[in-house]
Amino acid sequence: MANIKTEEKKTKAQSMGLHTEVLKGKTQQKFFNPDEAENFYYWGTYDVDFNKRTNLDVMNMDCKEANKKIDELMSQGYGTIVIKNPQGKHSLGVGILNKLNLIFEGSLGYFGIGSIDGPTVRVNGRVGWSCAENMMAGKVVIEKNAGSCFGAALRGGDLICKGSVGARTGIDQKGGTIVVGGDAGAFTGFMMQRGRIIILGDVGINLGDSMYDGTIYVGGKIGSFGSDAVESHMTKSDIDWLNRKLNVAEIGDNFDVSKMTKVVAGKKLWNYDALEPTEKKGAI
Amino acid sequence: MCGIAGLIHRGKTSNVGSELQQMLQALKHRGPDSTGYALYADNDGKNFILRFKVGENVGEGSSSVNEDASVYDERKKLVDQMLNTLGAKIIKEDRLTPYSFRYEMEYDKDLMEFSKKIESIENVEILSIGKSLELIKDLGDAKVVSERYGLGDLKGTHAIGHARMATESGVDIKSAHPFWGYPFSDVSVVHNGQLTNYWNNRRVLENKGMRFMSECDSELIAVYLAEKMRNGATLEEGMKDSLSGLDGVFTYFVATKDSLGMAKDTMAAKPLVLYESDDLVAMGSEEIAIRSILPQEIDTYDPFDGEVKVWQI
Repeated sequence: MANIKTEEKKTKAQSMGLHTEVLKGKTQQKFFNPDEAENFYYWGTYDVDFNKRTNLDVMNMDCKEANKKIDELMSQGYGTIVIKNPQGKHSLGVGILNKLNLIFEGSLGYFGIGSIDGPTVRVNGRVGWSCAENMMAGKVVIEKNAGSCFGAALRGGDLICKGSVGARTGIDQKGGTIVVGGDAGAFTGFMMQRGRIIILGDVGINLGDSMYDGTIYVGGKIGSFGSDAVESHMTKSDIDWLNRKLNVAEIGDNFDVSKMTKVVAGKKLWNYDALEPTEKKGAI
Repeated sequence: MCGIAGLIHRGKTSNVGSELQQMLQALKHRGPDSTGYALYADNDGKNFILRFKVGENVGEGSSSVNEDASVYDERKKLVDQMLNTLGAKIIKEDRLTPYSFRYEMEYDKDLMEFSKKIESIENVEILSIGKSLELIKDLGDAKVVSERYGLGDLKGTHAIGHARMATESGVDIKSAHPFWGYPFSDVSVVHNGQLTNYWNNRRVLENKGMRFMSECDSELIAVYLAEKMRNGATLEEGMKDSLSGLDGVFTYFVATKDSLGMAKDTMAAKPLVLYESDDLVAMGSEEIAIRSILPQEIDTYDPFDGEVKVWQI
């Protein structure tokens, strides 16, 4: 078991309320220190040239082999990689931590492009369950439909699906924006904590069920509201932001965002009084 | 977690045995314990196809009790005698494995009584009765089962199949999918999920005279739909009723002589990807199942929660 001690001398991050404990021994964590930013090295990243372009046919590769090959190409400086014949394979394009133009000519299976931090991804097909799970930054555009748990635990960036998505879109979302051009299934925004979800079409039952915080905008019909999800008033800043976001997403031309339904947390379900000060600041 | 796959060709026949094998093989990682096929073959439709087993596969990984192979011959003799007593005329018989048989027979009386009599013989289970349904299930992956039963060349209009990971019951043929919709000819069901009101429903249905051969929760769907249809409901009506009658998480397919349907529970907890065109519908737990027979770029989608769809051939 890790030897946990509380140190009196606090780092800048700790003074902001992010950490009050420091792990010692083998499991000691090294937190980001702004003073060392100049020498900061993000492991697994490469300097790439967006004009350096290549194709990668993954027809006869398994996902591990394909992902290793993508990593190898990035290490050679390729900034634009076109993946041919993904054929619905699972876990393609995961864990990319640097800027990159990644284009999939076809469809992905489960857990596609998960845990990414920075790349711009376009999928000219459909994606399966849990696309872009835990995505931290970047922009992902899906040209067709997406499966369930689209953008699960999303932390940042823009995740866009031009078609329809399955159930539990944005489950446990912690930040970023999800934009859906079509319809969404049941439990959209289930237990979401931060961030925003925009659905231009209809949504299924239990919208925003048990959400802590965040905002969901719906353009079409709502099957039913989930526990503690309530309708809120659209403000001018909502409308401006929605128009900007749809413009960035290249979706919903001439869509009248002012008629969308805004859904937020009623904040009756969870004990918000017990939140840490920084969490309370974000949630209330 | 199990994998299910199904396809229906509309207005034509195709090599559904080979197509379903490819789809199920692509889903092997979801269920390596056993594989089952319900193939709707291009038969002449005059005679019934009776598929039954007189014992279990006791090979590697099986949870069944080992038996001396000689008991299989004794049970087969008893089945033949019972068929004779019931007035069924055997046109052709094939022994596919030491424990499973395919009979082509003439029979024109009540199938429920027929099934009860045949299954009154110890350890004999009817896998299916139908004029086009060929229901095959055994331990092993899709390729192994297909080769064991010679399904590669089987032509037909539609098919459903299942790659099983045993969770609720044993690794044996009786718990493998698909399940026949006893006592209806040509009805079969495959399921991915868990049903939580299995025993409550089972007690009610058994009191109504329905039979269960295993303790696998998925069998309930076949029996539940069969009971609804027995009381005059259409397949689609029975499936819609099941969304509230069955509790738990499920995606299931049901096939009849001329149709194929899918239903998804109201929480959409189990996956399904669907491709639909004018002449073909293909669906599976994962897109790679569909891609195994349609490698070209196609539009697929996830059906929504509580969705029921039925297609005709």
